[in-house]
Amino acid sequence: MGLPRLPHLLGIEGLAPETISGLLDLSENYIDQNRSIDKRRDMLAGRTVINLFFENSTRTRTSFEVAAKRLGSDVINMDVATSSVRKGETLLDTAMTLNAMRPDAIVVRHHESGAVNLLSQKVNCAVINAGDGQHEHPTQALLDALTIRRRRGSLQGLLVAICGDIMHSRVARSNIHLLQIMGARVRVVGPPTLMPTDIDKMGVEVHYNMKSGLADVDIVMMLRLQTERMQGTFVPSISEYFHFFGLDHAKLKYAKPDALIMHPGPMNRGVEIDSEVADDLDRSVIHEQVEMGVAVRMACLEALIGGRRNQIGAVA
Amino acid sequence: MSGSIHKTAPPHAGSTAYINARIVDPTADSEYRGAILISDGKIADFGPNLFVSGAPYGIESVDCRGLVLAPGVVDTRVHTGEPGEEHKETLESAGAAAAAGGITSLVLLPDNEPPFDDASLIEFVARRARLIKLVNMYAYGALTVGLEGKELAEIGLLAEAGAVAFTDADHAVGSAQVMRRALYYCKAFDALIVHLPQEPTLSGGHMTSGEMATRLGLSGNPPLAEVMMVERDIRLVEMTGGKMHLAKISTAESVAVIAAAKARGLKITCDTAAPYFALNDLAVGDYRTFGKLVPPLRAEKDRAAIVEGLRSGVIDAIVSDHRPQDQDSKRVPFAQALPGGIGLETLLPISLELAHNGHLTLPQLFQRLSSTPARLFGLPGGRLAKGAPADLVVFDADYAWQIDRTDLWSKTKNTPFDERPVQGRVMATIVGGRTIYRDDSFVTAAAAA
Repeated sequence: MGLPRLPHLLGIEGLAPETISGLLDLSENYIDQNRSIDKRRDMLAGRTVINLFFENSTRTRTSFEVAAKRLGSDVINMDVATSSVRKGETLLDTAMTLNAMRPDAIVVRHHESGAVNLLSQKVNCAVINAGDGQHEHPTQALLDALTIRRRRGSLQGLLVAICGDIMHSRVARSNIHLLQIMGARVRVVGPPTLMPTDIDKMGVEVHYNMKSGLADVDIVMMLRLQTERMQGTFVPSISEYFHFFGLDHAKLKYAKPDALIMHPGPMNRGVEIDSEVADDLDRSVIHEQVEMGVAVRMACLEALIGGRRNQIGAVA
Repeated sequence: MSGSIHKTAPPHAGSTAYINARIVDPTADSEYRGAILISDGKIADFGPNLFVSGAPYGIESVDCRGLVLAPGVVDTRVHTGEPGEEHKETLESAGAAAAAGGITSLVLLPDNEPPFDDASLIEFVARRARLIKLVNMYAYGALTVGLEGKELAEIGLLAEAGAVAFTDADHAVGSAQVMRRALYYCKAFDALIVHLPQEPTLSGGHMTSGEMATRLGLSGNPPLAEVMMVERDIRLVEMTGGKMHLAKISTAESVAVIAAAKARGLKITCDTAAPYFALNDLAVGDYRTFGKLVPPLRAEKDRAAIVEGLRSGVIDAIVSDHRPQDQDSKRVPFAQALPGGIGLETLLPISLELAHNGHLTLPQLFQRLSSTPARLFGLPGGRLAKGAPADLVVFDADYAWQIDRTDLWSKTKNTPFDERPVQGRVMATIVGGRTIYRDDSFVTAAAAA
């Protein structure tokens, strides 16, 4: 494997295209394994992976857990709701406590941007960012890329529209980085109140309506409206939002006839996406994304802690 | 640390001559080789022709060997943890840091626990400063009760107790009505209002808005939040005929708007803090919480405009905006980190960059650092004048060194300037004729004797 050794996976920004293709190539190996009856390998036998989730998550945490177990690793899920974090322990104390238990990797999700970077500075095991605030969610971008690459052969030259709540989305940021690194063109589409300042300086085209935003695109990525992160009013009402920015068959007509529909989940049906579109088996690859998620996370674990038995502590 | 604090130095008595110095006189806008004579803690004489062939017998003489001798820095924006958070900084540790930084007078912000909205707290600070015997310490009174921006504090009583100006520190007064009344009311006492112009409903973000904030996924505080409040304040000053000093100007637009207001003859002055002309928002890349300040570090074009504002004189003064924060307040995710940086010891070396880079002459720099803030706040130091207190700083303007946060005197080490190479080092700090700080390499005649 010609993949350079990564100490951590904190974000997509700054990754080389070879690293990204390498991780996607590695992921391909696991798709058949995951589809077979015997899904388990022992590549990570004896390793310990801790899932440390400060924010509620069912999908991502389960996906990481399945990925680690299929490689033979032991997995511990830290339930923050009942942990000492709730008793006032700081992030860094939690990090150092877990570090002392000598895990090989910690998978972290946190509600604050940059929290995973901070934690990674304090531990001497691999850290995987499973989403930090509004910053990055690198494995989501990788699984999206794998899904697209398997359907379209390559990301090079594709036109991708990322639609909806860009401001509050770490998925959008990771995808903007990854898609552009791999040669795709990116549009962001949504109401101006949900566009972060100077987003155009990240190299994307900005559109405030779905008609121009979806025109001739190959891929439509919908984002969840993250009302839980909103302070104050960003859109007047859900029904107005759906009317102008929700994806239904009428708006989908602006895109290329074979454009794929993606969504990182969980979906708010009737808010950002119409059920008929979401469940359209010809167009929607939403369930395929979930499947690719496990393969991508297996590849990330292999790249970070595979074949390095007993070396982790020595490296740090 | 290569210098020492001299808390126990006795009150200055008799006469001391500082000879062979490069004297910087900000009010006369001049610099020359000369001497300063101090008698009983006050400046008795100074000039290029004084003691050209050495001080007469019987007068203690200090040979400055060509080092700069200037009025000590007057820093009008300092926060300490006393009272309330003494684990972050006490008045004594702040006094030591100020002395090591060439600061001879400082004005304490009122946002302690409790806030200085009661005359007894102003008296507390004065009493503690007398006991500590380091730099001169003055205090702001709160502008509004509890710094809440709702009801006026007892401005008259606070002024009588010694408050030198009135402010709600880093809290902007959002209500135009409250600020209008404050400006009217302060006219009765000729009291100065110092306001941090930030529209509160727009300044809740954690760094300046823009590409960097978007990349980092941090909520932004737009530069507009400052200039719109500056514009409101200018209208209120015009309407009331009051006077206001705007604090910590950080954006290009604010400088332009203030320049226009000054041209119209309004009683508006302003300052900036060292980080705003020395750093931009790149300093918070990688989530460096030591660069999290109020207002946030701005874009490079804003930084350049602040330098230009200092050069042109639109910005009257430079402050340290010293705000100690401990590890627990800074080693947390960026959005949770408390804002602020320490600055007492770095104020002079960072400001000297303006002189080394040719933006200001040394006399112009000491107008911004010493004489103008002293004049605006009605303080006795900050200038060379016969009869003025002998508050002076001796420094080597060219001495090159690197800021190392672990070497600083402050109790907490949260400087945004860690590891920055600078030029200019304090050799001695003199308050009322007493040498309260001396670098090891600066041996006075008295010490040598």
